[in-house]
Amino acid sequence: MESLIHARGLVKRFGEFTAVDGIDVDVRRGEAFGFLGPNGAGKSSTMRMIGCVSPPSGGELRILGLDPRRDGPRIRSRLGVCPQLDNLDIELNVRENLTTYARFFGIPRKVARRRADELLDFVQLSERADSKVEPLSGGMKRRLTIARALVNEPEMVLLDEPTTGLDPQARHLVWERLFRLKQQGVTLVLTTHYMDEAEQLCDRLVVMDGGRIVAEGSPRALIEQYSTREVVELRFAAESQEAYAEKLAGLGDRLEVLPDRILLYVDDGDEAAAEVQGRSLAPASVLVRRSSLEDVFLHLTGRTLVD
Amino acid sequence: MTPGAYVLEYHLVNYRRTWRASALSTLVMPLLTMLGFGVGVGAYVSGGVDGVPYLDWIVPGLIASTAVQAAIGEATWPVLSYFEWLKVYFAQAAAPLRVADILGGHLAFMLFRILLSATAFLGVAVLFGAVHSWWAPLTLIVALLVGFAVSAPTVAYSASISSDSYLAILMRFAILPMSLFSGVFFPIESLPLVLRWVAWALPLWHGVDLSRDAMLGLAPGWLGLWHVLYLLAWCALGWWLAHSRFRRRLVI
Repeated sequence: MESLIHARGLVKRFGEFTAVDGIDVDVRRGEAFGFLGPNGAGKSSTMRMIGCVSPPSGGELRILGLDPRRDGPRIRSRLGVCPQLDNLDIELNVRENLTTYARFFGIPRKVARRRADELLDFVQLSERADSKVEPLSGGMKRRLTIARALVNEPEMVLLDEPTTGLDPQARHLVWERLFRLKQQGVTLVLTTHYMDEAEQLCDRLVVMDGGRIVAEGSPRALIEQYSTREVVELRFAAESQEAYAEKLAGLGDRLEVLPDRILLYVDDGDEAAAEVQGRSLAPASVLVRRSSLEDVFLHLTGRTLVD
Repeated sequence: MTPGAYVLEYHLVNYRRTWRASALSTLVMPLLTMLGFGVGVGAYVSGGVDGVPYLDWIVPGLIASTAVQAAIGEATWPVLSYFEWLKVYFAQAAAPLRVADILGGHLAFMLFRILLSATAFLGVAVLFGAVHSWWAPLTLIVALLVGFAVSAPTVAYSASISSDSYLAILMRFAILPMSLFSGVFFPIESLPLVLRWVAWALPLWHGVDLSRDAMLGLAPGWLGLWHVLYLLAWCALGWWLAHSRFRRRLVI
């Protein structure tokens, strides 16, 4: 299989600070690949290196089989980039945002106009084609930014936190459009800290923490490897959950005490819940749920807040 | 077409959306300055300067000064905002453009704006009967030269700051003294030596002197050649500085 991104020991340093600390990544054509991690994990730095706007400080990197140090413009002409913050042109109308951007790729004006109309249709903004950008909602602006990333019919689209800050309806619409792109054979590379986003969209992902890759695989495989099948969330009425922790000893693979509840990582949630009742511990509430990528993520990168 | 031309095209499309707001000031400013200084102050300057009527003497300086004002206007807030607020440069950097294309395209647009302002001023001057030489159109070339000599280093400055309070500093301590002491309103010979050095060092005076030669039909001589070379040096240094600042911001 052809690798669109091939990185070995990739490093990015800013002075003394090492943002990306020797990562190996391979992304194959047609894949949807995700970089997960808390803030400051090195996701955006990695994305900028892949987007050929940030030269690597060390290691090997090849994008579309080319060397970003030498062939930056050539690689960028075949990529689509959707940045974390919308940088649309507020003076231009919706259609012009696409047509002027298309010109940077040397696309003839006529073709640019036609493609702009097709893309506005694709992101469901046709009716706003002649309106200004400013009054558009956050979701509309994001869809326009995604459309702009597609004007050059890219082989690979880089999306830095594509749905951060959007309301649920807007998020689902963006996901659905991205899924459509993937079906058309476009390779998607995205960063996110939304676990549901990663589970929805990514075939494969890496979890980054402190500039390193701490886990890699499909969402399913990661859950199997780093978590149990199910999780039981217990809330006790008492002030401290701590006191109940020892009484639960021996239940499940792993137990985690949080300020407001206790998590039991088990294979069979209902059985474990029954056992809790059997020990007559009477929690105020019991919730049995399937293990999610979020459990994996928090297990790997910790619960400490990173700002 | 080179990629830099696409960037120029982008700025022109943008300008098509906003030109009305600036068109009025492009025409009204020269009219007001011409009336205020040329006619108003000129009435008190009996006998003119260097043997020509004050209005004729001041107009070439005002054209060069207008070119510089247009250069400053385009090289300050827009550049800062394209980095800090609108992030236009970052969007361009993600496309297959090089730093030189992004910078060159924007500077080319600035030259367009400079040419527009200088031409409007020259047109108004013709209406006032202040143009007498067939060499006068050369003043537009001078306007472009001095405009670039100012805009390129100013772009470098704007690309180095993160807040517009630094622009106020630039206006107060560089632009204002340059506008006052560059022989636009009175010959620099009437300045004390220290301030004459200000005129010699900064670009505007060189443009004013060249512009005056063109408008009055005088031979620029060796001093003229020196002016051109000195302005070209400002252009080259400004480009080099701006390019390295842009690189620092866009390729990180």
